[in-house]
Amino acid sequence: MPTSPRPSAGRYGQAGQLFTKQTQAIFYNWFQKVFFGAEEVAIPQYGSTAEAAKAHPKADVFINMASFRSAYESTLEALQLPTIRTVAVIAEGVPERDTKHLIAVARRGNKVVLGPATVGGVQAGAFKIADAAGTLDNILACRLYRPGCVGFVSKSGGMSNELYNVIARAADGVYEGVAIGGDAFPGSTLSDHCLRYQNIPGVAMIVVLGEIGGRDEYSLVEALASGAITKPVVAWVSGTCATLFATEVQFGHAGAKSGGDDESAQAKNAALAAAGAVVPASFEDLEATIARVYRGLVDAGRVTPARDDPPPAVPEDLAAAKRAGRVRVPTHVVSSICDDRGEEPTYNGVSMSELMQGDATVADAIGLLWFKRRLPGYATKFIEMCVVLCADHGPCVSGAHNTIVTARAGKDLISSLVSGLLTIGPRFGGAIDGAAQYFKEAVDEGWEPDEFVEKMKKRGIRVPGIGHRIKSKDNRDKRVELLQRYARTHFPSTRYLDYAVEVEGYTLQKAANLVLNVDGCIVGMFTKVEIDSIVKIGYLNGLFVLARTIGLIGHCLDQKRLGQPLYRHPWDDVLYTK
Amino acid sequence: MARKKIREYNSKTLLKVHAARLGGLDLPIRVAQVKADTDFGALVTAHPWLSTTPLVVKPDCLFGKRGKHDLVGLKLDLAGAEDFIAQRMGKYYLCIQSTRAGTDLSFSEAGGVEIEEHWDQVRSVSLAVGEAVTGEALAPLLATLPLELRPGMEAFLATAHAVFTDLDFTLMEMNPFTLGPDGAPFPLDMRGELDDTAAFRSAKKWGDLEFPLPFGRRLGPAEAAVARMDEGTGASLKLSVLNPRGRVWTMVAGGGASVIYADTVGDLGAADELGNYAEYSGGPNAAETHAYALRLLDCTTAGPDGRARALIVGGGIANFTDVAATFKGIIQAIRERADAVKAARLKLFVRRGGPNYRAGLDAMRALGSEIGIDIEVYGPEASMTGICKLAIDHLKDSDARDAKAAQ
Repeated sequence: MPTSPRPSAGRYGQAGQLFTKQTQAIFYNWFQKVFFGAEEVAIPQYGSTAEAAKAHPKADVFINMASFRSAYESTLEALQLPTIRTVAVIAEGVPERDTKHLIAVARRGNKVVLGPATVGGVQAGAFKIADAAGTLDNILACRLYRPGCVGFVSKSGGMSNELYNVIARAADGVYEGVAIGGDAFPGSTLSDHCLRYQNIPGVAMIVVLGEIGGRDEYSLVEALASGAITKPVVAWVSGTCATLFATEVQFGHAGAKSGGDDESAQAKNAALAAAGAVVPASFEDLEATIARVYRGLVDAGRVTPARDDPPPAVPEDLAAAKRAGRVRVPTHVVSSICDDRGEEPTYNGVSMSELMQGDATVADAIGLLWFKRRLPGYATKFIEMCVVLCADHGPCVSGAHNTIVTARAGKDLISSLVSGLLTIGPRFGGAIDGAAQYFKEAVDEGWEPDEFVEKMKKRGIRVPGIGHRIKSKDNRDKRVELLQRYARTHFPSTRYLDYAVEVEGYTLQKAANLVLNVDGCIVGMFTKVEIDSIVKIGYLNGLFVLARTIGLIGHCLDQKRLGQPLYRHPWDDVLYTK
Repeated sequence: MARKKIREYNSKTLLKVHAARLGGLDLPIRVAQVKADTDFGALVTAHPWLSTTPLVVKPDCLFGKRGKHDLVGLKLDLAGAEDFIAQRMGKYYLCIQSTRAGTDLSFSEAGGVEIEEHWDQVRSVSLAVGEAVTGEALAPLLATLPLELRPGMEAFLATAHAVFTDLDFTLMEMNPFTLGPDGAPFPLDMRGELDDTAAFRSAKKWGDLEFPLPFGRRLGPAEAAVARMDEGTGASLKLSVLNPRGRVWTMVAGGGASVIYADTVGDLGAADELGNYAEYSGGPNAAETHAYALRLLDCTTAGPDGRARALIVGGGIANFTDVAATFKGIIQAIRERADAVKAARLKLFVRRGGPNYRAGLDAMRALGSEIGIDIEVYGPEASMTGICKLAIDHLKDSDARDAKAAQ
């Protein structure tokens, strides 16, 4: 509709269509990326309304999403910009004095204010404000994708959407529909918009839904009586129930309150009917009344029903289609260890409150999240022992050293921690999985301990879990002793441990320092089934990483607490060579 | 912009305090407020004039013509107080009222309880928004006033108007007011309304005031609870119990639709069975609709009397409210009150459309079979208010069946 009439200078009575397909709008206090057809678009943002108006001189609609606190100032600013001609104020609860001032300013500038407390409006097939007309589903159901012949105005935003539906059933649909908001003094009135509809050639009939309270409907009565409006008007004023109530009731809308007798729904319906509007007997009867007036216009040849060409196809929103069960979408992530969607998060099906009530420990969390089951008491106790024993091994081991150097370089906790953790691997702390793998192979194949050690030697592989830099046959690793003692007392089976000790017995014949170390000892604690299921994934190194994280964090905090300067390795400790 | 009536005591206090601030006028208003829990000893300490001055005593309860209804008692020295008023020159009438274009000021030299009989003597001027309140603008009101009274009266009207505007009054009426011995205006009776949406900027100036309920209206526990919820949310939650023993109850989404549902129940001749007016809107979350529905269901299911009841869970086609989300809270509440619903023989009639309505309606249907209560569910293809007739017919049919069974 490129040649559609624009709001003209003068009073509302001379204004016509506000919106066309070409209409551009400036939103205030709102940013979203939105779909336009199948494409998603981001709406450009500016620091001020003036800036936005300058950049988009063709945007003549201002849609204000500000709160009731700031709606006045931001609307006033927009009304004073020459390029803005229509303003919609969405906020509910704007003070009456503020609205009255906006009305006065708009009147002086021949501008149209929709609201406050409006959901906006819709120009069928062309333009809609914010949430007006609801979902795409509803727009299709109400045939709002192409203009019908009915101009509609209501106070209520929720009812406007309902009436778009009613009008699509009773007639050929809405040409334009607006909600003016339920305040006592809306920025533009029912009659303001009826007068506009009178001037729009595409509107053949007008439907008005008024409400108890205020005198707005009487200006429509005057416009009808004076002949300013000649198109057929179907009008209904709701709130006839107020007379049934013993005391004054404040209805949902601020302006909807029984005032004087002439503000009652009954009085206003009667006055409208007397002035020539078609007033149904009740709201229930409104649809039939609209249909009757519409059929009259069609029969008289004054209206050609709008064609129902198939609407432009718009892809359905994925979320809506999914909710409705019309599409299925493969997920991109699978998770089997926990769920945070319900009342409270669960670890492998066990709720937080269950865990707390059961005095769960870190090891219980590890059991549920790593091994996906409640571990028996001896196992959680063992894990805790491992964590405690492996938490730290002094500042000189390579992981701790790296963390210390990084912390002293002024890096944050996580960087310092990670620099230490990244050291963990085949030579430092990462031997548990390797030990598990080889011990498992040996036991599965039924190799004697000496046979196993010799096979490894032939393959050129040091037996993981065996050997220590300092500890020896006569100076056993205390940690290994403690773990072994615990295992033998509490574990149902120590098959791998027994095998590992046999291996140690053989290796100690070769050298005094080829003792069973902590890595090997930990592996020995697991049963065959456990090793089968866990060895590939790296659980056991996880245990070491978890434990050592405690120590590495300690080293980082320690260095920061001591305010240690940047570490620089001394020259004289380096052999410079060609 | 809801207009809220305030008490005479507050009207007078606001006028006195802010007339001094805005117009430099020291009005000789002395008022003391007595409530149910007022300690008279403390009141006299705060207002020593109470024990030395003749007093007018009257109920401060938002309705006029109290003199006519013989509700004004003169506590001390009746004859002296009557003389005091009789000696005054005249009784004036002043009314300032908010209009769409500005304010209307009405003034009469024949104020008092008989004002309506002397309405022809009331003169009015309309001041546009932002228009200065000049002597010229007010001149038509004061044209017949004795010349020597005009400057004082003009200053009073202008100051009263300034108070009216600055404090977001929507109505200020003094009928009558009089001139004290020193010529200063003195309102004998006053009523006022403030715009409660201006509270965010005017509450400090208003001071400690409450918006009393309309005369004759008292909030039940459920209504009071919903009113508190309404204050604490950005959404709108309303509940008015009209007839605690009503058999048709409503829980309707939307300010506009809720009125129409009540209308329709009345149109169908069941007004005396209508239990309540209820409205929720503005996108309440599931927790809010849950708490709201619990309160409403408590009213709806109270005092089972063996006869069938109906609850209309109605609404238009929402623009933005997620129907499934709001229904989630309602469904949870119904589930929790399932026993009470059955005991009250309550049948539910649901109609709603809007974003995600299919999921919401499906959940309602599933609820019915899950907890074994009667729920009829309709979507946007049905007329909005059609369920009102279904509900009322259901009650009639049930009554007929009950009567037959009793024979």
